[in-house]
Amino acid sequence: MKYVNHESVVKRMMNRLTINKIFKAIFFFATLFALLALAILFYRIITQGIGYLTPEFFQNFGSRFPAKAGIKAALIGSIWLMFVVAPVSIILGVGTAIYLEEYAKKNRLTDFIRMNISNLAGVPSVVFGLLGLTIFVRALSLGNSVLAAGFTMSLLILPVIIVASQEAIRAVPNDVREASYGMGATKWQTVVKIVLPSAIPGILTGAILALSRAVGETAPLIVIGIPVIIQFLPTGLLSQFTALPMQIYDWAKRPQHDFQFVAAAGILVLMIFLLIMNSIAIFIRNKFSKRY
Amino acid sequence: MAQKQVSDQPSVQELIAKSSSKKQKQLIEKMIPYILLLIASISVLTTIGIVATLIVETIIFFKEIPVFEFLFGTEWYPFANKEPAFGILPLIAGTLKVTVIAVIVAVPFGIGSAIFLSEYASETTRRIIKPILEVLAGIPTIVYGFFALTFVTPLLQQFIPDLKIFNALSPGIVVGIMILPMIASLSEDAMSSVPNSIREGALAMGSTKLEVALKVVVPAALSGIIASVVLAISRAIGETMIVSLAGGSTPKFDWDVTGSIQTMTAYIVQVSSGDAGYGTTIYYSIYSVGFTLFLFTLVMNLIAHAISKKYREEY
Repeated sequence: MKYVNHESVVKRMMNRLTINKIFKAIFFFATLFALLALAILFYRIITQGIGYLTPEFFQNFGSRFPAKAGIKAALIGSIWLMFVVAPVSIILGVGTAIYLEEYAKKNRLTDFIRMNISNLAGVPSVVFGLLGLTIFVRALSLGNSVLAAGFTMSLLILPVIIVASQEAIRAVPNDVREASYGMGATKWQTVVKIVLPSAIPGILTGAILALSRAVGETAPLIVIGIPVIIQFLPTGLLSQFTALPMQIYDWAKRPQHDFQFVAAAGILVLMIFLLIMNSIAIFIRNKFSKRY
Repeated sequence: MAQKQVSDQPSVQELIAKSSSKKQKQLIEKMIPYILLLIASISVLTTIGIVATLIVETIIFFKEIPVFEFLFGTEWYPFANKEPAFGILPLIAGTLKVTVIAVIVAVPFGIGSAIFLSEYASETTRRIIKPILEVLAGIPTIVYGFFALTFVTPLLQQFIPDLKIFNALSPGIVVGIMILPMIASLSEDAMSSVPNSIREGALAMGSTKLEVALKVVVPAALSGIIASVVLAISRAIGETMIVSLAGGSTPKFDWDVTGSIQTMTAYIVQVSSGDAGYGTTIYYSIYSVGFTLFLFTLVMNLIAHAISKKYREEY
């Protein structure tokens, strides 16, 4: 007597294997969807924008006429913005990370600071804009200047830099710290001369990625009232300015059809800017990262 | 130079210099933790600043508009000359429409690609696809907004002739594409942290890869997957530029996704880019809308935090 019906077992197995194959294909196409979206996005922007990417585009200021519109003020403005955001956010971010990883005791205050940072990372950027508008633009009366925008952006990317720096500092093994103490170094000497040099590639990689987020962020700039059409370059930290995403937003919003192509060209400039920053980050990661 | 110290002992001046520099060093050692704590407290001050700013200006707003009207009013006409209406429900409806569409797009595709990357893909495939997803996550939202307005909307109009230039559908889909990498990468992390021994156990019992994925790995990683979805929802609610460019500026309290809408974030942008005078009701209204938005995302983030903390399975 047969206890097992071989035919039905084989049939069931084949069914299960077929279902497995079908779902493998479904999951693969789900992955492909994202890649396809990315490909279409790049293709569209490059084909639309490349025609307007002329030398004059980099030399002209904003204009009412698509053919005369240029990106000079926005590009230089974004670079100015980075010169404020980079030092402020890196000093604050790395300082906080050193405190949390090397000095903080395990107590409620430390837990509170950690929880606060993770919540701050989830606050929408437009709300940071409202903070900047109230505190920096109005209360400290910095106006819609490079400095006010820079401070706002620094606070926005601060959580990202803190988390990246914490991870980089944590990756430095304790042996080297102990060796440093063994040689008679104090805690601060150990941090500055031993821990930070080993952690710096990780910190810089994280910081550059965070800065590239700040370059592309638009909403806080709109809320703090950064103007769009500006016919001069920033002269100082308290000068008015405009930035790449602001300029793109303005062009994309305009009704004339030709401005779409100008906007696409602006996006190309922004993407090249980001590409350069990201390549630097990858270069630093590959060149200087140490493995213990 | 001519006079050389005969004895081995350092001169008195040297000793004094040495001890004073030591004192200085000790002082620095003692000061450093406090200076660093001061820097660390900036992040706390930022949170306090955000909450205080929003509350103070919202209270001023509520002096002019009753709380009840703001919370339950179904009309939002802040720019009307006669009898402007400040009921936030239309803005919330706009935000929800976009968020729901984004979730419908992002969750199946995001979790699908997470399962593919974690369970099916070879190491080489994963090493190629993961950085591409990171690129997708790093694209500025203004670029997505432009993409929604100039590509997705015209494309959808070919299938849905009634679709307006500004609508909820197109920005919803694009916000979904924007949050997809977040769900995919966080879920993939959760699935990858399920130990291989469990997978091998199930495979040894004769399971197919699909059965391992759906009956073993996904349940074990469920808390991480749900947390990733909740975080992504929070991101979708706070998304600003895509909805500002492609969503329009007519807040309506209904469930129509083909017509123009306005989200909470888009309203803040609309008022800020125009010139609403400082001190007007409209000026204060952006803070009350911002406060509502802040509470929405805060609740979402706290939920995500609680889920991943409470149901984390330790192996």
